[in-house]
Amino acid sequence: MNVLSSIFGYLMSAIPLGMTFLYGCTGEIITEKVGHLNLGIPGIMCMGAAGGCAVLQVCMTTGNLPAVLIVILGILGSFLVAGLMGLLYSFLTVSLKANQNVTGLTMTIFGVGLMKFIFSNLEGHMYLKALTYFRYPFSVHMPGSDLRYCGPMVFLAIIIALVASYVLTHTKVGLHLRSVGENPATADAVGINVTAYKYGATIIGSGIAGLGGLFYVMDYAGSQEAYLSIETYGWLAIALVIFTLWRPHLSIFGSMVFGALFVAGSYIPSIPGLHLSMTATPLLKMLPYVVTIIVLAITSVRNKRENQPPAGLGVNYYREDR
Amino acid sequence: MNKSVALEMKNVSKRFGSVLANKNVDLTVYRGEILAILGENGCGKTTLMNMISGIYFPDEGHIFVDGEEVVIKSPKDAFAHKIGMIHQHFKLVDVFTATENIILGVKDEKHYSRVEAEARVKAITERYGFHMDPHKKIYEMSVSEKQTVEIIKVLYRNADILILDEPTAVLTPQETEKLFAVLRRMRDDGKSVIIITHKLHEVLSLTDRVAVLRRGEHIATVNTKEADENSLTEMMVGKKITLNIERSEPKDPVDRLVVSNIHCTSAEGLPLLDNISFTAKSGEILGIAGIAGSGQRELLESIAGLQHLDGGQITYANPKTGEVINLRDKTPLQIRDLGVRLSFVPEDRLGMGLVGNMDITDNMMLRSYRRGHSMFLDRKRPKDLAEHIIKSLEVVTPGVTTPVRRLSGGNVQKVLVGREIASAPTVLMVAYPVRGLDINSSYAIYNLLNAQKEAGTAIIFVGEDLDVLLELCDRIMVINSGRITGIVDGRNTTKEEVGLLMTKTAVPADNTEEKEDVSRE
Repeated sequence: MNVLSSIFGYLMSAIPLGMTFLYGCTGEIITEKVGHLNLGIPGIMCMGAAGGCAVLQVCMTTGNLPAVLIVILGILGSFLVAGLMGLLYSFLTVSLKANQNVTGLTMTIFGVGLMKFIFSNLEGHMYLKALTYFRYPFSVHMPGSDLRYCGPMVFLAIIIALVASYVLTHTKVGLHLRSVGENPATADAVGINVTAYKYGATIIGSGIAGLGGLFYVMDYAGSQEAYLSIETYGWLAIALVIFTLWRPHLSIFGSMVFGALFVAGSYIPSIPGLHLSMTATPLLKMLPYVVTIIVLAITSVRNKRENQPPAGLGVNYYREDR
Repeated sequence: MNKSVALEMKNVSKRFGSVLANKNVDLTVYRGEILAILGENGCGKTTLMNMISGIYFPDEGHIFVDGEEVVIKSPKDAFAHKIGMIHQHFKLVDVFTATENIILGVKDEKHYSRVEAEARVKAITERYGFHMDPHKKIYEMSVSEKQTVEIIKVLYRNADILILDEPTAVLTPQETEKLFAVLRRMRDDGKSVIIITHKLHEVLSLTDRVAVLRRGEHIATVNTKEADENSLTEMMVGKKITLNIERSEPKDPVDRLVVSNIHCTSAEGLPLLDNISFTAKSGEILGIAGIAGSGQRELLESIAGLQHLDGGQITYANPKTGEVINLRDKTPLQIRDLGVRLSFVPEDRLGMGLVGNMDITDNMMLRSYRRGHSMFLDRKRPKDLAEHIIKSLEVVTPGVTTPVRRLSGGNVQKVLVGREIASAPTVLMVAYPVRGLDINSSYAIYNLLNAQKEAGTAIIFVGEDLDVLLELCDRIMVINSGRITGIVDGRNTTKEEVGLLMTKTAVPADNTEEKEDVSRE
């Protein structure tokens, strides 16, 4: 019973954490599929959290709004603010053709800083009042253990990933989107609006990634200091894109694996009979990265074309001189 | 002939800067015919077709489709007028299947359905007798399969006028015959097929009419039945123009570089060089003439140690010691270490010859940095050389610190040629050294080459302008599809002779039977 409940506890801690990665990962996959490597994802997730929490604070101060509306407004606020970050990134990289890596890293630094500023002006106890709507609607209770929770945003993450997967592989829009990322010159020649697709995918992708930040603060962590660690999860989300070989449906599973690997650091030392020194536990935090490197090595050796990143990834598109 | 006119061009001109690519061209294309656009390299064939397919916009003139004047600004407009072009460089997404590539960008009338799209693709392949697996990924395909996808892509967009830019350049003779069979079926189906080519035998065996272009001008359009190789060649190359390039007699020529029976094949298994043998002598300019892509590049790269050979020998006679050195399967560095003073001015100046983002001094150092022995760079000598080249060759540049890519084409070429000559080569290979250069710069380059010749260097000159080759070179070697079709004396030959050798059928005689079979179908 004790073992069972601790395994259950492990999973209930790992899976929701994975959803933080899943939002970021789905968003980044959509962006990378049009050929833009957005390293600003950590900053965008931070801004998603800030935007969402700011809206929630306004909602909670107004008072007397229905719970469903509060959740929807929070999510919309998060999506919009993160989407704005995506718009800024697209403007710099698509229209001004700025270097994608440099722009992305700048977006992260900018996003993290601005988020800290916004949160320092928010009142934690106000927006955290909405915690009950985010965390507990689908709570699962295990006898003999703490109350565990599973909020609406866990399901939203999975639904978004499935929809993204379907759109990318089974619709004309997805086909066009992928062609833009693979070979923009070809897409341009057959009359696809390359710029529109790049903007659209980057903004929507950023919006989705931003939800990951909101989810982490309002569902997984649920504390006033939670926002300080979003950036770390943003980097993991980018690693997860490689781990799942640019496939949103695989990333549902991959995000849970990542979640499990990430929390393993705090669970492994408590396994009975295992004696780990305190200095060894931080090493366990490396697990997700080590696994990503292994997956990268394996896929490079097998060298299957479908498992490679989009051919146009990271390269800005200049239409040939006519 | 009571065929209806599909497309008409009237008085069309196109300029690129100061270069006139097309001048007052008139062209008529009928329904249900195969028309060849024939001409040498750079005569404006592709430019002319690009104006119909929406890549370029004409500076002057009018285009009519089905008797109505049209404005074609983009490939999309061209498709709206049922015109489609198959370019030499395929535009396909590698990780997509054939079908996905074909339907890309096409607006669906109702809902998008992969099944319906596949059925339409299948109908097209069956109608014209293509062989294509609609589910195969592009990266798994051969060049000819990719070409098939490109053609179906155009047909899927309901094109009635198909333009193919040198479609056979990348195909084996067997694949070419298959393509021709398909094209004939399209013609019989009422489509207009235009092929851009410079292969006379293809023109004669496939087409109904031939339009000949020369230096951007439309010379004539003739019925293929009334034409033969000689009459077409004459129209293509035109009368000889005297350029007055000086040419001295070679002074006691000795065999410097002996190439015997070399051959190599491309990744697709097509022969790039087939049994090439020749000798380059000191104090002599050996010209290499041929249609673009006949193996010129591979030949020079083989000598420079950049191309893997499947067979044959390349030997070099050292002028000082008289020692004979084998150059085959050596890297450029090994060749240099053997004391072979080989200089190579490649066709791709900023890709292979110079580093565009570095300045002139640094580019000089690329060839000499190995001479340094200290930890720090010795910039003095390269800088002196850069200044010397700028002065003696009249390179127009703000200074030695200007990145090379900012210079104009002619000046880039002068920097490159200047650097290569400065290393006092005994063998100098130059590929299209005057491409894109104005008259004065061209003559400056010819003079440099002549000075090297006087100094006893063996020069291999790959050119495209026959008039230049005829006046500059002592001997001219003509290659076609990787084979030598003749080596002629530059002083006694005629433009027609070289032109005929360039377009001479390189396909072995045993293939003619197969050809007839297909045409009887």
